Amino acid sequence: MTASTTPTARGDVRRPERSGVSGRVPWVLVVPAVIGMAFLVLPLAGLLVRAPWSTLTQRLAEPQVLEALRLSLVTATAATAVCLLLGVPLAWLLARVAFPGRRLVRALVTVPLVLPPVVGGVALLLVLGRRGLIGQWLDSAFGVTLPFTTTGVVIAEAFVAMPFLVISVEGALRAADQRFEEAAATLGASRWTVFRRVTLPLIAPGVVAGAVLCWARALGEFGATITFAGNFPGRTQTMPLAVYLALETEPEAAIVLSLVLLAVSVIILACLRDRWVNSP
Amino acid sequence: MTPPTALDARLVVTRPGFALDLELQVAAGEVVALLGPNGAGKTTALRALAGLSPLSDGGRITLDGRSVHGLAAESRPVGMVFQDYLLFPHLSALDNVAFGPRCHGATKAEARRTAATWLGRVGLAEHAGAKPRQLSGGQAQRVALARALAVRPRLLLLDEPLAALDAHTRLEIRSQLRRHLAEFDGATVLVTHDPLDAMVLADRLVVIENGSVVQQGTPGEVGRRPRTDYVARLVGLNLYRGHACDQQVKVEDVLFSVAEHLDGPAFVAFSPAAVALYRSRPDGSPRNLWQAGIEGIERHGDNIRIHLAGPISAFADVTPAAVADLELAPGQRIWASVKATETHAYPA
Repeated sequence: MTASTTPTARGDVRRPERSGVSGRVPWVLVVPAVIGMAFLVLPLAGLLVRAPWSTLTQRLAEPQVLEALRLSLVTATAATAVCLLLGVPLAWLLARVAFPGRRLVRALVTVPLVLPPVVGGVALLLVLGRRGLIGQWLDSAFGVTLPFTTTGVVIAEAFVAMPFLVISVEGALRAADQRFEEAAATLGASRWTVFRRVTLPLIAPGVVAGAVLCWARALGEFGATITFAGNFPGRTQTMPLAVYLALETEPEAAIVLSLVLLAVSVIILACLRDRWVNSP
Repeated sequence: MTPPTALDARLVVTRPGFALDLELQVAAGEVVALLGPNGAGKTTALRALAGLSPLSDGGRITLDGRSVHGLAAESRPVGMVFQDYLLFPHLSALDNVAFGPRCHGATKAEARRTAATWLGRVGLAEHAGAKPRQLSGGQAQRVALARALAVRPRLLLLDEPLAALDAHTRLEIRSQLRRHLAEFDGATVLVTHDPLDAMVLADRLVVIENGSVVQQGTPGEVGRRPRTDYVARLVGLNLYRGHACDQQVKVEDVLFSVAEHLDGPAFVAFSPAAVALYRSRPDGSPRNLWQAGIEGIERHGDNIRIHLAGPISAFADVTPAAVADLELAPGQRIWASVKATETHAYPA
């Protein structure tokens, strides 16, 4: 056997086996590929080059930065929890129960993926705002207002991030062998028990991957958050909002905040590795 | 005294391009094998019994006098061993077996005690903590059996229980399975396409082709008196349908003289080993004799199997020496005969 078919000794990355076509790699493909790579990598490199390394720790310790970071972590985690609580059952329904209009529901669920987040924020305001369809009633019946609150941030983030979780979990459910569920049923397990004790453990990797993607998306959420929750330091000003604001007043602070978000992204990628990123 | 009928079912499943309709009665403690070619509806029948596929109109399942076809799979007193066992990969062998008792309301400790007992019975007590991927095929099969029996079912279903095992393990597991099935006091239905599994494990064979029963009986009956080409192939006999008149059965242009006194439509069956081949027409009686062309020659155990075409197609098993002596080759014309004492005739 040739060397190209022997598995790589190190790393999790599996290289695709080389095909039989050999010869020189055409420049027509290599040049755009290199430019494309530079286009993706250079801005990140710029961030690292321009970072105020000498004052970095001092700036990171500034109360506004810590406040924004804390708020971001708390809201993204809360939004992920909401998404898990609602999104996993939704994914199960889409994957396992044949109901009329299922395809339409699946399409609607993925709308927030392609919708500009600002539009999502506007839509949330129209429904949950003080004068909104549901917000009006929430205000009069319970005295609850959601826009421009920390809860509002969580709602905006969950709205934008949930499709990531639903798609990931639904894919895992479709890929999972349903005969395990049948085996559980013949052993006397109700559908809820089957879900809890068989389905969920089997799709756990898909759920974790979905939750991490969901969390990352929630952490970076900007458009819907600023539209629906505003930009109040300590209450609704998350990291991306703080970056945007700092850029106008204090560019170096913006770089530091960006570095933090970049670090978080890299850590997430490292955690997911190729297995989970490649899963549907 | 015959034991009471535990399972009384009429399985009707109609799907586009496929219809299954079969009556099935199984006594308590009896093992019935559903035997049939691929696509005959064996697995569909099993799934219908388990409640995993719905029955169509006219279908019914009665278990110990209680109608169960309206119940969901989880409410039926049925245990099932799946073809590739489907042990839950995230649970240990013990927890796999404890799963059923737990679903039936046992506490965790009780369920685990029950599971440990069952694992002990199938000889896997020391593998209780192993995950399914650490078990061999034979061990996984026994865990699957223990898991199905741990819910104390009244009906045990086995889908190709030995198909996933290699030849050596199969032999050993087959005899173990036979012992466990003998101890089980409920009705057992197993599905297989392997005649040997069916003959060894089952008290009664039900042969299904194209969704309906074509023959049933004890392994001995079915083995001696096949009624379809499929069954004849399974049990390794040449089978012909002809017309009997006293001690003669006419099949196409060939006249067989047989020991049985019969009249009307009849089957004639004989073993490939009973066929003798001659290069030139032998003297004597023209009965049980026909001219055939050799279609194929292949190894068959220690002998050589000759595929004969002609007025009737047949298999003949001869020794390698005979092949050499007769200089047999594909395409050649040859005379074939079978002794009257070696044929077996019965009404069609």
